[in-house]
Amino acid sequence: MKVKVKVVLKDGILDPQGKAVLHAINDLKFKGVGDVRIGKYIELTFDSLDQSLVENETKEICQKLLANPVIENFDYEIEELT
Amino acid sequence: MRAAIIVFPGSNCDHDAYIAFKKILDQPTDFVWHKETNLDSYDLIVLPGGFSYGDYLRCGAIARFSPVMKEVIEKSKLGVKVIGICNGFQILTESGLLPGALTMNKYRQFICKDVNLKVENRQTVFTHLCNEKEVLTIPIAHSEGNYYCSAEELSQLEANNQIVFRYSTPDGNINTEANPNGSIVNIAGIINNTGNVLGMMPHPERNAEHLLGNSDGKKILSSIVDSFRRN
Repeated sequence: MKVKVKVVLKDGILDPQGKAVLHAINDLKFKGVGDVRIGKYIELTFDSLDQSLVENETKEICQKLLANPVIENFDYEIEELT
Repeated sequence: MRAAIIVFPGSNCDHDAYIAFKKILDQPTDFVWHKETNLDSYDLIVLPGGFSYGDYLRCGAIARFSPVMKEVIEKSKLGVKVIGICNGFQILTESGLLPGALTMNKYRQFICKDVNLKVENRQTVFTHLCNEKEVLTIPIAHSEGNYYCSAEELSQLEANNQIVFRYSTPDGNINTEANPNGSIVNIAGIINNTGNVLGMMPHPERNAEHLLGNSDGKKILSSIVDSFRRN
């Protein structure tokens, strides 16, 4: 099974990379973008097909390692491989 | 006093810290590889600066799970003194020994320069040889030194006098111009609420002797050594 994890900075945490990209977008004369936030995308591939094991481990991995709860939120999607 | 300089893959200020304690302060000092799990013979644990694990994922996030860190956490609970400098400070926040987090510098640059540092609390084992409200000049060298914590954590830090160093002007004013990286209320270094774990972004080991410009860093390192003499 594949799990797609997204880690993003919490609202209110300064994102200097996002700001730099926003400046670049503005320099390119795009008018519509008001803000840019950059996060991380992480793929975990599990050998197991046990949905609840995958979900529990993913949650724990995110809480312990992939995201820092002080500054980041995470979200994930479990995708069954066919 | 015996000091352990913890060496992670990617530490690069370990030798500076070693020389400062061993050669300048004349203390028994050892390099300790991060795979070590017993720190019984040490009175001081130094988490040095550098780029442990290439700063992958987040600075300090992977080093925090090195085998030695379980023992560092254990020893810190028993009152053993721990100082984390730069990447070492990041590892301390990642491991939960200190509150908050160190995020990317406000203006995205890696900053390597001398800064002025006001000693906000000299009633600690790390700063007692400094003068009241003394302003030290100590170098910083980091990309992720922008200290952040929640409003609740900040009020706790303030209430317990845990903010030890703040970026200031040469005459000790705390303002935005003196803040190199965007840290909340100019925080450069904090201590835990039991007073034995200090984290700081500036590098006292890099200017612990006059040959290197000034020896302000020595005041911090000597304070630690002196605290053992007093006991």
